Amino acid sequence: MNLETILVLIPLLPLVGAVVSGLGRNLVGRKGAHWITILAVAVSFGLSFWLLYLQIYEGLATQDISVYTWMVVEGVTFEIGFLVDHLTSLMMCVVTFVSLMVHIYTIGYMADDPGYQRFFSYINLFTFAMLMLVMANNFMQLFFGWEAVGLVSYLLIGFWFKRETAIFANLKAFLVNRVGDFGFLLGIAAVLVTFNSLDYATVFAAAPEVAGDTISIVGGAEWNILTVICICLFIGAMGKSAQAPLHVWLPDSMEGPTPISALIHAATMVTAGIFMVARMSPLFEHSDAALSFVMLIGAFTALAMGAIGIVQNDIKRVVAYSTLSQLGYMTVALGVSAYSAAIFHLMTHAFFKALLFLGAGSVIIALHHQQDMRFMGGLRSYLPVTWLTAWAGTLALVGFPLFSGFYSKDAIIEAVHLSERFGSDLAYYAVEAGVFITALYSFRLLYLVFHGPERFEVVHGVDPHAHLPDGQLAHEPHEPPAVVTVPLVLLAIPSVLIGYFTIEPVLFGGWLSDAIVVAPDNDVVAELGQAFHGPLAMALHALQTPPFWLMLGGFALATVIWLLRPSIAAVIAQRAGFLYRWLGHKYYFDEFNQKVFANGAVKLGQSLWQRADAGFIDGWLVNGSAKLVQAVAARVRRWQTGLLYDYAFSMIIGLIAILGVWVVLL
Amino acid sequence: MLTLGHYLTLGAILLCISVAGIFLNRKNVLILLMCIELSLLAVNMNFVAFSRFLDNLDGQVFVFFILTVAAAEAAIGLAILVVLFRNRRTINVAELDELKG
Repeated sequence: MNLETILVLIPLLPLVGAVVSGLGRNLVGRKGAHWITILAVAVSFGLSFWLLYLQIYEGLATQDISVYTWMVVEGVTFEIGFLVDHLTSLMMCVVTFVSLMVHIYTIGYMADDPGYQRFFSYINLFTFAMLMLVMANNFMQLFFGWEAVGLVSYLLIGFWFKRETAIFANLKAFLVNRVGDFGFLLGIAAVLVTFNSLDYATVFAAAPEVAGDTISIVGGAEWNILTVICICLFIGAMGKSAQAPLHVWLPDSMEGPTPISALIHAATMVTAGIFMVARMSPLFEHSDAALSFVMLIGAFTALAMGAIGIVQNDIKRVVAYSTLSQLGYMTVALGVSAYSAAIFHLMTHAFFKALLFLGAGSVIIALHHQQDMRFMGGLRSYLPVTWLTAWAGTLALVGFPLFSGFYSKDAIIEAVHLSERFGSDLAYYAVEAGVFITALYSFRLLYLVFHGPERFEVVHGVDPHAHLPDGQLAHEPHEPPAVVTVPLVLLAIPSVLIGYFTIEPVLFGGWLSDAIVVAPDNDVVAELGQAFHGPLAMALHALQTPPFWLMLGGFALATVIWLLRPSIAAVIAQRAGFLYRWLGHKYYFDEFNQKVFANGAVKLGQSLWQRADAGFIDGWLVNGSAKLVQAVAARVRRWQTGLLYDYAFSMIIGLIAILGVWVVLL
Repeated sequence: MLTLGHYLTLGAILLCISVAGIFLNRKNVLILLMCIELSLLAVNMNFVAFSRFLDNLDGQVFVFFILTVAAAEAAIGLAILVVLFRNRRTINVAELDELKG
């Protein structure tokens, strides 16, 4: 089996699994569906891991293979091809591993769902699309994967399509992503116009040549062409990676089943934007303006979205806002040219955030689909595995030294600190404050769910499947089956360890240098590397840095408010009513969008309908012409007397007139 | 001595009579048909006169055609008239205004 076959197989196996388990769902049955899809993803993961192994130990060179030429138009070739360098294989392993864990977990989570096979088909399809996205060697295929993951995301958010909220949420996700994709498409078009090629290698090689070129867009103002391209591409990333102000869809996407919240809306798909910008680093490096923009957007998202997490009561939404905030961290890292730090955080985040989501899902199963944290508490003794893994995930998320999240987040914070890009001071304060807020909401979640008093009661003697009011359970919560807990444990291991073992090669060992281009002046990661003396020394050194103490501060405050003195929370909510309301309404982004864009569109549509369509087209053009004909005819018909001699008379008169004209003219 | 002018004048007079008949007659469709015949004859008169004047037989050939057509037309016209009378019990032109818009 040669390398090309393997590369084709890796994305194609999940596609086959999706088709078989989706279209043949009655043929394969529930068991068949999960065996086929899990096998497909497992083989994909094995092959991806083998590629990674080859790259690490056998020195496998970067593969840039074109497998199929779709079409050639005026010298521009549209191809399906695979670019496998270190960045790609890292992403492939992360995607397939998390996907595999989620597949296994789904067996437990969706056990009673009538759409069992459909769900497996969708997540298999997602794996295919995501692999196509990360393995692409040209913009065309990148866009294909980009849209395909968006489609699957849409399908899965609306998986329970009988719920009105789910339908609203998936429509919202789709529409908001369209806004981003519009920018992305413009960016790709600008690439095509500028470089006359969509192939990564060609475009990146030609990037330095066009670095100073400008383009005139509106009103004669000259724009740096690469800045335009990069900002357009980044708008796409803002949509997919949920950066403010296009973040509004991600919290609502929690309407989907929890496994996909973990897979798509935390670990993989939403990081596609981060991956894309890192992949495009040869372009972004030429535009300080675009990078500043990226950094500021990321810094705002990292701080502001985390703060919303503090006031949310839905367990999944807290994790969702945490995801937004962490995506903001990655974006900040991109903005300061620390692409490898962003990818590193992407990787660690994929593990611990998938873990947290699956843990939340485990709690939700145990409590019979109760997601409100106000009706949880004290679950530690009922769900020991979930509790322990959630602690591991949380410590990784808040960046406790030695945990994976610590290495990636600290690297980002230090990189921002070292950066001299415009606005990096502001971003530095934002990410520092973000650490405090992250600790605050993360420990709040832990305390409200697993510690403190039980805020639910077990009602005996009722039908276990009956829908009970909030805070009542038909039987005591118990740990879900092994298909749920094993993935938790398997994800907890990398969540804890992977940072310690991979920070050196990924960040400072030049592992990603074959994919990521950083100008020497901007290379903050290399600067960090000079101060790096092993992961252990980094952890020890962190004890003297502000992020560690901010994190501890967040931990202490959360402990006081939500564990020791729960009454304080209500007091604060009352005293800081304005702030509380402001956060509770998520800075009124949704209301703004609803009022301005949604209602505006409705009003625009209404006025177009009433004025343009009903008024002008129907009133003037359609009915107007009919009325004109009617009015003219009403007069003209009087000439039609029906009397022969009148007709004869007009014939004669006409004849005389024609003859007269003829005589006069000739 | 009769000249071409006399014949043409006769033709013109015949045409005028027929046109006047069509306009002025408000009573009888039969007269209408006769007037149409008369206008055709006026044309025939011109054809024959010019044929003789130009010493060209083509005009007289035309006259034969026109006479044939006129005969056919008269036959059809009378047939229509009979049907019309059966249906409407009148051949009064002023009452035949079914074509009114």
